[in-house]
Amino acid sequence: MLESYIPIMLVLSFALIFAVVMINLSSLLGPSKPDKEKLSTYESGMEPIGTARERFSVKYYMVAVSFILFDLEVVFLYPWAISFINFPKAEMVYSLIVALIFIFILFVGLIYEYKKGVLKWD
Amino acid sequence: MIYYTILFYVFAVLAVATAFYVVFAKNVIHSAFALFGTLFAVAGLFVLLNADFIAITQIMVYVGGILVLMIFGVMLTTKIADIDIHTKNLNRIPAILFSTGITVILIFILFTTKWNIKPQVQNQETVSQIGKLMLTTYLLPFEIASIVLLVALVGSAMYARKTK
Repeated sequence: MLESYIPIMLVLSFALIFAVVMINLSSLLGPSKPDKEKLSTYESGMEPIGTARERFSVKYYMVAVSFILFDLEVVFLYPWAISFINFPKAEMVYSLIVALIFIFILFVGLIYEYKKGVLKWD
Repeated sequence: MIYYTILFYVFAVLAVATAFYVVFAKNVIHSAFALFGTLFAVAGLFVLLNADFIAITQIMVYVGGILVLMIFGVMLTTKIADIDIHTKNLNRIPAILFSTGITVILIFILFTTKWNIKPQVQNQETVSQIGKLMLTTYLLPFEIASIVLLVALVGSAMYARKTK
């Protein structure tokens, strides 16, 4: 079982090593002739306006909070989905209904949020 | 089993080192990103403990959710990203008393508890077993969990839009 994590470990460590080596190599090997134009902030060819340290709107935070709650829903549904395949046919319907009740209760919350205008983007 | 021990120490050192950085970093954003390393290393420790579901939950909820929320919290606050956080000692004597007390208690627990040392068992997948239990023995807690989530959802909506 622990062996099945080896690919994940390999991907993670390779990504880390690749990123660190490439960033450091490019700063080591690349020519460095900075001028004023090169050192200015790149903003898709436009002249940058204002600072990067602006306050963000609270709308983003609300979306993040809703995201975490539905993320937790997925965490609860994940073991259900894994065990679903192993059930006999009669129990499949039962477990589907159980999960639908679970989803429905949270769907009520989504409707509430929608009606309350939390997800409105204006 | 030597690999197991090596991996354990790699994750343990990673967790402790990044946790130290979280506490001592001068920049809030740096602490938040160091916390990413801590939470990830703890997820790795959970995998080594044969608790793959908890490891997945750790990554999904803490790394994917809570940490994003923290970084959002930093971004929403004015002028918090650029100030230096001073880590200095306040209330030295109560702090020393309190932390030595906790250390003594922890060492006491470490030496008096009868630790159950089992032989290394073959790791097996736990997620489907948890799912089976959720649909049979723990059906009611499973459904109640969704009501708890619903309450949190409604509560956050109430706070966000007080008027209307």
